[in-house]
Amino acid sequence: MTAIALTRVDSDRVLALRSHARQSVQQLLVFATLAVLLLVFSFASPYFMTFSNVSSLLMATAVTGIQALGLTFVIATGGIDLTPGLGMALCSVLTGVFLVTFGLPIWLGVPLGILIGTLIGFVNGLLIARLRMQPMIATLAMMLVCQGLALVFSGASPIYLSEIQGFEAIARGTLVFSIPNAVTIFFVAAIIAAVLLNKSILGRYAISMGSNEAATRISGIDVRKWKILVYMLAGTFTGLSGVVMAARLNSAQPATGAGYEMYAIAAVVIGGTSLRGGRANILGTVVGALIISTINNGLQILSIPDQFQKVVLGVVVLVAVFIDIARRGKADHD
Amino acid sequence: MRVTSKTVTPTGLAPRGRHSRFTEDHWESPCAAEHNESSRRTSSRLVRAEWHETFRFTGTVADTTAAVANEALGWAGQPLLSAHGVSKSFPGVKALDGVDFELRGGEVHALVGENGAGKSTLMKVLGGVYQPDGGHIELDSQRIELHGTLEAQQHGISVIHQEFFLMPHLTVAQNIFVGREPSYGPHFLLDERQLNRKAEELIARLQVPIDPRVQVGDLTVAAQQMVEIAKALSFESRVLIMDEPTAALTDTEVDTLFRLIADFVTPVTGVVYVSHRMEEISRISDRITVMRDGEHVATREAAEITIPEVIQLMVGREVISDVRPEPREESNEVVLEVKGLSTASLVKDVSFTLRRGEVLGFAGLMGAGRTEVARAIVGADPRSAGRVVVNGDEVTIRNPADAVRHGIGYLSEDRRKYGLILDHTITANIALASVDRLTNRFGFVRERPAKAMAEKYRVALRIKTPSITQRAKNLSGGNQQKVVLAKWLARDCEILIFDEPTRGIDVGAKDEIYRLLKELTAAGKALIVISSEMEEILRVADRIAVMCDGRLVETIANAGATREKIMECATQFAVTATQGES
Repeated sequence: MTAIALTRVDSDRVLALRSHARQSVQQLLVFATLAVLLLVFSFASPYFMTFSNVSSLLMATAVTGIQALGLTFVIATGGIDLTPGLGMALCSVLTGVFLVTFGLPIWLGVPLGILIGTLIGFVNGLLIARLRMQPMIATLAMMLVCQGLALVFSGASPIYLSEIQGFEAIARGTLVFSIPNAVTIFFVAAIIAAVLLNKSILGRYAISMGSNEAATRISGIDVRKWKILVYMLAGTFTGLSGVVMAARLNSAQPATGAGYEMYAIAAVVIGGTSLRGGRANILGTVVGALIISTINNGLQILSIPDQFQKVVLGVVVLVAVFIDIARRGKADHD
Repeated sequence: MRVTSKTVTPTGLAPRGRHSRFTEDHWESPCAAEHNESSRRTSSRLVRAEWHETFRFTGTVADTTAAVANEALGWAGQPLLSAHGVSKSFPGVKALDGVDFELRGGEVHALVGENGAGKSTLMKVLGGVYQPDGGHIELDSQRIELHGTLEAQQHGISVIHQEFFLMPHLTVAQNIFVGREPSYGPHFLLDERQLNRKAEELIARLQVPIDPRVQVGDLTVAAQQMVEIAKALSFESRVLIMDEPTAALTDTEVDTLFRLIADFVTPVTGVVYVSHRMEEISRISDRITVMRDGEHVATREAAEITIPEVIQLMVGREVISDVRPEPREESNEVVLEVKGLSTASLVKDVSFTLRRGEVLGFAGLMGAGRTEVARAIVGADPRSAGRVVVNGDEVTIRNPADAVRHGIGYLSEDRRKYGLILDHTITANIALASVDRLTNRFGFVRERPAKAMAEKYRVALRIKTPSITQRAKNLSGGNQQKVVLAKWLARDCEILIFDEPTRGIDVGAKDEIYRLLKELTAAGKALIVISSEMEEILRVADRIAVMCDGRLVETIANAGATREKIMECATQFAVTATQGES
């Protein structure tokens, strides 16, 4: 009797190893893709691998990447958040309003700007967890709300922040070696996100809800509360990206941000986080964000028109989603 | 596993591996203790020590005082969890009507009844899922109110549901302790090492060979069931309520489960065991409560009642169970021939023939590849090799639509997922596979012939429903199965593959299904029946194909088949594989 049970478990172990192997291969594939892209663009253009270009590439990664970090948690629950792009615009604008119009000091204005993102996330969470709205629709509507509010608060024109001493340094200063602060912020945020995802109950419950929400609920976990917290975390990252964006441009641009959410979603999916929930990977998201901005940057350097860049990125997202479906394999194809 | 034997033998009382610490001589049954005060006193110190171990195993009241431990000897047979006049109504249905139920310490109490008898509702009331409209629940003779599963678990009442509530992407350890993860400081930063250690300890105590670091989604169904049980036990439960725990298990795995139950039951713990499988109930239970139509019918000592009597109480009429099919004239007309069928994941080189008017049974352990063979034949899963010949012509089947075109219908083991559209009417479900034949020239479905068709099958298959406009979800399991069958019959399928045709169907309805199978073969259909129930296979199949580890081991004629013979074939590969390793 136990003999049979044991062989079962041996086969379980083989299965587990196989699934681990599959995941590692997936990881390698993501890294390999980035490496190949870097190589190709380096050969294609002498300007690609210059310090200034790599630096601006990383700067561009920071904004998308920070949003993607928070989004990883949302997607891990099986949800989606479309507010990062225009939520970023609103947070930028309100940071600008706090600093310029209200004349608040940076140490107060910037955290408040980030908190606006948390607030957006809180509303998203309420709509989805409390009022049981479809995440796609709820955040789509919230996206429009953010866009509108960004225009309202800015009077539909940019708020220039060059007057504010030291604000620009948030993104462009170099605290560590000669790495732009925006990039440092991104990497620190990534480490925090990785710890939250893998080592905290917030991450555990996010994955748990994405894996089987009913089971999570019946295990006595307050699914609604944790879902709201997940969206609030995502919103906080959106707020941070808004501040970084404003600092990078040295102005709060109410008309930017549209489409950024797609880049963030693409980064998350490319990184190996399953759109169906239950599986998430912060390192993958970071590399995914790097892949997205490398493609953008590389195509720009090769002077390929903007329109085509969009097409290429769209195709990249489709490929990533396809891989996500293929990766799920037979196990849950029904 | 009667009360007396259980309390006397150490097996039920102490964690495994500790048996050598005391012998039966040291052990006094509660009954003996009552008669012999002095012997009770002499053994009390030992008893106390052992009780602490026992409590740690079940974790009952981890910090139980010695006084309570002393009391424990007299505990067996005391009411542990009871329902008093519990009523529960749902819109249009009175699911429970003044039901009394009592689980005593130290017993396995089987709860039986046909589908719709109210056992699930009662179970959910006891497990805190539902709050009763009337009556109340008592734990240790103290009135309690449960407002949710968590609260029930905190009272030491755990429910193991029929569908598993596990997170496939989390590991075994993470699943067991979800919501109670060991953490550094406040409950936020996870202590994964301690988590795995705790899970390892728990699993080692249960003696189930499962690696706590494996993702649950990678485990077999049986192993997942064990994880559910481990999770329930980790709650330091005193009451385990199990709903059809063996529905997805094979006979050997059932043995493991029963050992776990035997280990769990002590004089201060108890198990409510809900099942349709009479053989198991007579094996495991101490008392049996029969329910019918939301009412308590009878509670009897298991030793004092026979299975036919139980069934009679359940259905309120006598059920004749003929064990084997009548031998019938063998047809030589081969309608389906499968040659060298393989799939990438499991099935290896499976070949068999199916003749008109016969039932070919597929037996084997869970995970042997029976369902996979069926799915590969009908094109639901890709084949890596193999040919399918229907009525002498080799056919290409790439998807279930191709299979239907060649007259092969597959009735999935999971009716609710693959068989029916629950929100649609019976008519719509039956017509679903034949919609192309029921449309007019503009492509609209013609209602009248669809209804006529549904009505025809309702009568022919004796689908019990007030009307064919009922939604499928309102039907009982047996009648849902008939609707699925009607769908394929309407489509003129000559070859029908039944995967676990009676899973979750009550005894009376099972007989109906068996009768239908007989009628189908008499009408010249060729049937494949996949079943995990040995009795069922022996009862319906003319020939029995036994699978193991993706291979078809042997095809046995019913006349020469015995349980032992089938089991031998089904375990062949697994056993030799282990022998090879050791």
